[in-house]
Amino acid sequence: MSHDAPHAKLIYMANQIAKFMESKPHDQGIEGLASHINDFWEPRMRRHLFEVLDAGGNGLRPLVLDAAVKIRRPAEAA
Amino acid sequence: MKDFIIPDRDFGTPAAKSKQMVTLNIDGFDITVPEGTSIMRAAAEIGISVPKLCATDSIDAFGSCRLCLVEIEGRNGTPASCTTPVAPGIKVHTQTGKLKTLRRGVMELYISDHPLDCLTCSANGDCELQDMAGAVGLRDVRYEAIDTHFRAKDTSGIANPNYIPRDDSSPYFSYDPQKCIVCSRCVRACEEVQGTFALTIEGRGFDSRVSFGAKTDTALSSDCVSCGACVQACPTATLQEKSVIDIGTPERSVITTCAYCGVGCSFKAEMRGDELVRMTPYKHGKANRGHSCVKGRFAYGYASHKDRILNPMIRDSINDPWQEVSWPEAMEFAANRMKGIIAKHGKKSVGVITSSRCTNEETYLVQKLTRAVFQNNNTDTCARVCHSPTGYGLGQTLGTSAGTQDFDSVEETDVVIVIGANPASGHPVFASRLKKRLRKGAKLIVVDPRRTEMVDSPHIRAAHHLALTPGTNVAVVTALAHVIVTEKLYDEAFIRDRCDWDEFQDYADFVSQPQNSPEAVELLTGVKASEMRAAARLFATGGNGSIYYGLGVTEHSQGSTTVIGIANLAMMTGNVGRPGVGVNPLRGQNNVQGSCDMGSFPHELPGYRHVKGPEVRAIYENLWGVTIDPEPGLRIPNMLDAAVEGTFKGLYCQGEDILQSDPDTKHVSAGLAAMECVIVHDLFLNETANYAHVFFPGSSFLEKDGTFTNAERRINMVRKVMAPKQGYADWEVTQLFANAMGADWGYTHPSQIMEEIAMTTPSFAGVTYEKIETMGSVQWPCNDKAPEGTPLMHVDGFVRGKGKFINTEYVATDEKTGPRFPLLLTTGRILSQYNVGAQTRRTDNVMWHDQDVLEIHPHDAENRGIKEGDWVRLASRAGETTLRATITDKVNPGVVYTTFHHPDTQANVITTDYSDWATNCPEYKVTAVQISPSNGPSEWQEGYNAFATLSRRIAAAE
Repeated sequence: MSHDAPHAKLIYMANQIAKFMESKPHDQGIEGLASHINDFWEPRMRRHLFEVLDAGGNGLRPLVLDAAVKIRRPAEAA
Repeated sequence: MKDFIIPDRDFGTPAAKSKQMVTLNIDGFDITVPEGTSIMRAAAEIGISVPKLCATDSIDAFGSCRLCLVEIEGRNGTPASCTTPVAPGIKVHTQTGKLKTLRRGVMELYISDHPLDCLTCSANGDCELQDMAGAVGLRDVRYEAIDTHFRAKDTSGIANPNYIPRDDSSPYFSYDPQKCIVCSRCVRACEEVQGTFALTIEGRGFDSRVSFGAKTDTALSSDCVSCGACVQACPTATLQEKSVIDIGTPERSVITTCAYCGVGCSFKAEMRGDELVRMTPYKHGKANRGHSCVKGRFAYGYASHKDRILNPMIRDSINDPWQEVSWPEAMEFAANRMKGIIAKHGKKSVGVITSSRCTNEETYLVQKLTRAVFQNNNTDTCARVCHSPTGYGLGQTLGTSAGTQDFDSVEETDVVIVIGANPASGHPVFASRLKKRLRKGAKLIVVDPRRTEMVDSPHIRAAHHLALTPGTNVAVVTALAHVIVTEKLYDEAFIRDRCDWDEFQDYADFVSQPQNSPEAVELLTGVKASEMRAAARLFATGGNGSIYYGLGVTEHSQGSTTVIGIANLAMMTGNVGRPGVGVNPLRGQNNVQGSCDMGSFPHELPGYRHVKGPEVRAIYENLWGVTIDPEPGLRIPNMLDAAVEGTFKGLYCQGEDILQSDPDTKHVSAGLAAMECVIVHDLFLNETANYAHVFFPGSSFLEKDGTFTNAERRINMVRKVMAPKQGYADWEVTQLFANAMGADWGYTHPSQIMEEIAMTTPSFAGVTYEKIETMGSVQWPCNDKAPEGTPLMHVDGFVRGKGKFINTEYVATDEKTGPRFPLLLTTGRILSQYNVGAQTRRTDNVMWHDQDVLEIHPHDAENRGIKEGDWVRLASRAGETTLRATITDKVNPGVVYTTFHHPDTQANVITTDYSDWATNCPEYKVTAVQISPSNGPSEWQEGYNAFATLSRRIAAAE
């Protein structure tokens, strides 16, 4: 894992959550993943995640892509 | 000053637990006591103290001193009242002419072989032998002492072969055989209370002597773990604290709570003036029941260590020496810097770290500082790096982020699983209580990569030791569940009643899959399938099953998953909601439970309520007059990432050394170095302070009022026994800083902070200082539904409603061994040292452990040409360090182990920044490493030491 790319770390973290949620039925997995990120990720982290998602979500597991619509997009930086 | 001691009488023998009551008559008074009570204790309960020497109520009766004789009408002779149980209707006399003569005769014999130097004896005024001589009216000793144990030379100047000189090898207590009356109290305390069996009686008759094992053993070289139980039990000056020998007897004592581990032992701080004479375990402390370990009992010297910083300090840059300044100057400097950062980078560019070492009240104020004054949710605490997965996992499955039992529960357990914990080192007082139960027949299953002391120690042997490969907890826990489900050993009635049966069916389908069977995961986990099956059967069918776990569970990529798996095991076997069972996280820090309860996490307000809830925010918004941010804040690793990225610039860090205790030191130091204002609030210039611009000196637990909450959810009182050496209690410092930042706080006592906590947090609604004073302690939830608190959780139903089974899919960590890094490093603690060692390294505890060493299996050592005591280079993908090796088969081939108590070792230079998927709790317990011979410290160690020395300079006052 590299420190110089904040995106790489967040992709890794999102995929880790996905691996846990993948053992649930798909709907519950989507719900679980999205609410986990909404509940625990500070807006800066979600903003970086959306930068990845908006660029096509390269490197993210399918469940993260499927859950993206349920992840809360943070307001622009205060 | 108020004296908080309830008269602390010694009843002579332990309380009997029978429900059957017996009435008897003692000296004309009727008394009703439980069956099995000794006559001595029954007498004591009506206020009659029968003279005694070998009896004390922490250990079983022994009947050796023959001083406690009584007469019973209709019975022959003069039985010892300590070993004679009560019987219905008997008439006992404790003081008759015959008894008086007998007792005086016994005392005369004792005194004939005892030095009569009472005036200069260190136990003068605190000696039961002296007291008993007075009690029996001994006025004359008829025997001339010819053969003695106490004279170094006989009258003709020839050395006395019976004389054994004083053993001063222990830093904390001395053993002086000339004062010994061979009552065996020390030997019995070592066995029964502590469970170490270090002491014994050597010889017979006149030759009987207390001995630390073999004749050549001293207190220090023996198995003794310096818990202090023998010192506590000794009626004379034979075993005595060196501090009492140095200072004299204390004149008052104050009940307070130990500031080391999460057991939360109650102590008496025994004082003379404002000098602490000794700390003694408090008999009525409900966590420790009168027992202690070497840390709480003896290792308090750090509080007056010369390294303590007593003046606030500031500096412009971390390359400058520190400038000592007044408190107002420090506050102004810190507030201006923080205000400047907020003005330039926005209010989310700063944050706080609360301390699990400080009181609930102090922690509450620090999170209030960030939420109400900085107006963001950037607060975190060191639970992030230890038990955050417990909060998540137990919250999801059971509905509350805490252990389910009290420590007394262990007395009723039948099968115990200890997983990822070594209580003998990390939670010693709990370990003693567990061992006591094990010696009475309970069975033990240990899940640990190492053969810890719990696996095999005197009179304790685990029924099963599942020595798994680090990182495979989930596979093992799921395999245990597989056996219980597929062999139908689960408790169907409990599951139907307390959980969702359909949900359990889904879960059962998941764990029953063949890839979750012990046979399928045998190669992966390194644990024999037959052992896993036997362990699962024992746990499911052996009676009351309890699970105790520690950081070996949580500090993994799948830490939260293992916690969920543990909760699943407890629920499916019906082991929740009564004494003797439950899920019990062994908390690391004294107040890690409390700091979590107090809203230290960035996503939740006090009482584990998410910041997204408008009704919860409204409570604080109305009280504090601010708007609370509904978005979660940054966790510690996220703060550091944001700092490196340039969006997080200022940190107030109270009582935590993140540079030493957090993983991947190089990343932490890069994050800290990128910040513009780091405020460290601590007793010492810790490692983090090397990167700080402001230093607020902290106060020790002896210097402030407040509360700590232990692993049982027990809120214990911390009491100020001396004035803060640096001027302010920590809560006052936080308040000064908040007010310098523009707040208007006016707390004048921590009880007012607790009032605010109780007013705003439902689970604390009934908590007041008055209640804690009256009850001694109280376990949350404490509210209208449970006004006396809650010793056992989930008794009639789970907090979340139905218990929730969640699938626990094993996902291998990405930290994998390979040709370059073929070994797995795991880490742990040792008894005498505590965490990063900031406290214990500043005490004589360094005599037991002056450096971290690497445990390596003989095969792995031989392959690498490593011998006992060699310097070795320990390298991982993240970094490298050096330390000395010790060769042992406590670890399996392929696994190495070290402790992390010394900053020179920099064990966290090695650990990676992999972390738990749910909580970012770092994966300390698994790092792929290589070991090779070395000549000495690594470049990083030398470079860091040079930097640290430079950074700790304090400019001379002008």
